[in-house]
Amino acid sequence: MLLTYIGVDKVAKEGGVFFNLFVYSGSIPMELPEVYPACEVENKAMRGSPPKTFFLTRKNYYIEMPLTLKYALRPNSQNSRQLKKSVFTLPLYRSAPVLEVRLEDFELFAMDRLRVLKGISDGLSRGKKPEEMEQLEKDLWRANMRHPEASEVVNKDIISHFVLRLVYCRTEDLRKWFLSMETTLFRYRFRHESAEAQRALMAKFGLSYKAVSSSEFECVKDKLGQVARSLGQPLPTADAIFYKVPFEEVPELVAGRRVFIHKGNAYIASTQVVSLVATQFRSHLSKALILTNRKWTSTMREQEKDRLAPIVEALCTSYLGPDYSQPKGFSEISVKDIDDLAKSSFPLCMRHLFEKLREDHHLKHGGRMQLGLFLKVGAERFDKEYAYSIRHNYGREGKRTDYTPYSCQKVISSTPGVGDHHGCPYRHFSEENLRAALNKMGVNSRAVEDIMNKVQNRHYQLACTLTFEAVHNSSCDAGINHPNQYFSDSQKILQSKIQSAPEINN
Amino acid sequence: MTKEEAENGRDEMEIDGCEQREAIAIPEGFNPNYLKVFYDGKHPGCDQSYFGRREFSFTLENDIYLRFQSFYSVSELENSIREKCPVKIDIGPVYSVDPAKRRAYAQTGDNVFTPVERELIFDIDISDYDDVRYCCSGADVCLECWPLMTIAIKVIDTSLRDDFGFNHILWVYSGRRGVHCWVCDGKARRLTNEQRAAIADYFRVYMGNENSHKKVSLTGPAFHPFLARAYTDVLRNFFEMKLLSSQNLFSTEERYEKILDMIHDESVTSELRGKWQENRRSTTSKEDINVIRWEQLKSLLQSGKQKGQGLRRCIEEIVFSYTYPRLDMEVSKHMNHLLKAPFCVHPKTGRVCVPIDPNQCEEFDPTAVPTLSKLLQELNMGGLKSEVDNDWDRTSLGKSIRFFRTSFLQPLLKSCKEEIESSYNAKLQQSKNSINW
Repeated sequence: MLLTYIGVDKVAKEGGVFFNLFVYSGSIPMELPEVYPACEVENKAMRGSPPKTFFLTRKNYYIEMPLTLKYALRPNSQNSRQLKKSVFTLPLYRSAPVLEVRLEDFELFAMDRLRVLKGISDGLSRGKKPEEMEQLEKDLWRANMRHPEASEVVNKDIISHFVLRLVYCRTEDLRKWFLSMETTLFRYRFRHESAEAQRALMAKFGLSYKAVSSSEFECVKDKLGQVARSLGQPLPTADAIFYKVPFEEVPELVAGRRVFIHKGNAYIASTQVVSLVATQFRSHLSKALILTNRKWTSTMREQEKDRLAPIVEALCTSYLGPDYSQPKGFSEISVKDIDDLAKSSFPLCMRHLFEKLREDHHLKHGGRMQLGLFLKVGAERFDKEYAYSIRHNYGREGKRTDYTPYSCQKVISSTPGVGDHHGCPYRHFSEENLRAALNKMGVNSRAVEDIMNKVQNRHYQLACTLTFEAVHNSSCDAGINHPNQYFSDSQKILQSKIQSAPEINN
Repeated sequence: MTKEEAENGRDEMEIDGCEQREAIAIPEGFNPNYLKVFYDGKHPGCDQSYFGRREFSFTLENDIYLRFQSFYSVSELENSIREKCPVKIDIGPVYSVDPAKRRAYAQTGDNVFTPVERELIFDIDISDYDDVRYCCSGADVCLECWPLMTIAIKVIDTSLRDDFGFNHILWVYSGRRGVHCWVCDGKARRLTNEQRAAIADYFRVYMGNENSHKKVSLTGPAFHPFLARAYTDVLRNFFEMKLLSSQNLFSTEERYEKILDMIHDESVTSELRGKWQENRRSTTSKEDINVIRWEQLKSLLQSGKQKGQGLRRCIEEIVFSYTYPRLDMEVSKHMNHLLKAPFCVHPKTGRVCVPIDPNQCEEFDPTAVPTLSKLLQELNMGGLKSEVDNDWDRTSLGKSIRFFRTSFLQPLLKSCKEEIESSYNAKLQQSKNSINW
């Protein structure tokens, strides 16, 4: 079977424009299991010589792209249209350009970009510092997003982004992850752009702020200096450019107390503009993902259940581990059994929460969420059966919070406060407490040292993996990246031990 | 209780329904829009469905929760409160559609049921300070530990006004162990969850968790202006003038050890420990031992022989640990969190959740707040002489209600009207322009 090119066809639908990407072959593919009626193809007005036969196969792709696209199908990609060169190489992904793409590239590009995003996600969950992250992003981009033809680099960037949009639009969890990683990526790439390019990008977002005048600068100079010192940065010079923007537009700078705020306005330094732009980028992408998801759930999923749906699903699960959002697990297990399971198969973060719950009959919100979702019992049942204390102020209905169990990344990035017991013990415990907890789990002293070593290097998931291996006396090559994975892997090992035990006796 | 709630309900209605009361300058001449105002008493620019989309939640006896109640008029709300007699009334967000009919909308599949406006709220519970107060614990509160709440009000209120530029802020005693804050400016009501979280994080100082020894972490060589102001204007004074002595922070070995734990220098801690252990055997001074020890600690840390800013920072870290406001972050971060309505009666204490004037919050005494039984007594004493409408004026609640109306409600109402007026005029102008064009 020879699948060579894909074409893109515009299919106008209500409420939007869909583009049907389909595959056709250059020869008559006798061996194709199913041939779709050729009448699905409406626009055959192609430049160059049209192919003799036009088949749609099971491997058709159907993606939604807000692009103004015309057929440009030619066997030789060298003839493909180029993007118009601009001062910056960083696309905003508002609309995809006119381009053509080989089928194999379609999936490969997406995988390559996914490697970049996954690398960023891992870096963040290991608590890397901003400078380390910047280097990591550079390395990842260089390693994965190159293209033998220089002219195709931007196309690869854009195609891979739009394919992943479709893959990651489908659940709240996926959207959140994609949004967060793409924004992080955008942020670092923006920083690499020249000042001129940055200004051009700002203008593209419609962010035209006037610099703070020198007389106003004099009035707030002391405060700006105070903020700079609090961040360990040099004091702003008289010619430094500051912008005054509503604080709502730079939430992350507000959250980190990295700006001076006065009467609702934040004074941002020119180096902080990236935050303003990233916020815009994020909000555009967030809206686009919701729209894409609506289209996907309303029409595309059903239409594509044999074609695109399996591919889309494969693309996200192959990299993010199994899907733990489907409720199954503890719903049938009694409280008594959970006591035993907690000792044998809970990761430390959950075991600690469970013990605290047993002791105090109460957990604060963060802890109840982390443990409750891990156990996969609804918040209500959790309160009734496990916590014995109810605070009903949390809107359950209407709030479309997603109730999928927390991944390691989420647990690690949480910020437990006074009275809180959630979070990742490897990150949030003091060394002393962590050692005590590991001893209690029965980890031998040599393994404890190895674990502490990982903790010092901020490899929290690796520390958890080592704990798993020590406790189960068995290797865990995949590594731990989800508390529920820890549990199911643990159960698998324990079950197999139980099954193999009688054989040894016989 | 029904009475106060009804009062409150009516006030809410005024905001939301934007009833016109004060005379404002109206251009002469006939305008069909004036006629509309004339007929239904509402500003043509006001959104009539607004109040009906607000969620109320009633808690009945035996922990029965009635969520997603909505009302189209004051009398409807009043009647429902009288009929159900809730022990607690919570106010939720304004949703995109009437929350009582959310199920009908849910079937359309297009997630249209979502919060669109909500006051920015803060919830501070004194039970979150249990590791730094020795007079009470849990839900108990007394005049010795209440200053912790006063500090929180001062620090947060100043920042909300000066930093964030909000004007319509209501502080309310929660009836038992803490305070609630409602920021009601239009701009605040329309904040996204992300922006709310950013403000909450701006106020957050990492205090360590149960399993790490570190208490506060104040990084960087200097304070952010907000923290610097909080420290010099509020925290330091309260710590030294009030809490140090009232909480007896250095009086026993166990207590001062907790503070010494926060100094990461063996030589300093052992020197202080030595002094204080001796000192215990020969306490002759009349001065407060807590003050003496604090001064000793400070002078040792500030003395020239101690190197580095790190150690001087310890003083500030100790003060922050013992005084800095501890917010319940989750409450502020999401639009759809419920919060108890002002003027509810706390079912355990019988106290009315009265507003607190942030300018005079030092004088607020949670133990002297009017209780339901006291109010009933006062009403009975008054006999039948006055009109029903002004009953509350004769009680000890009168002052609170007057404060609520004059200091909070009327200015808010005025700004809501201005907002409606100006957006309406902008709309008119726009449509005029498009016609001209």
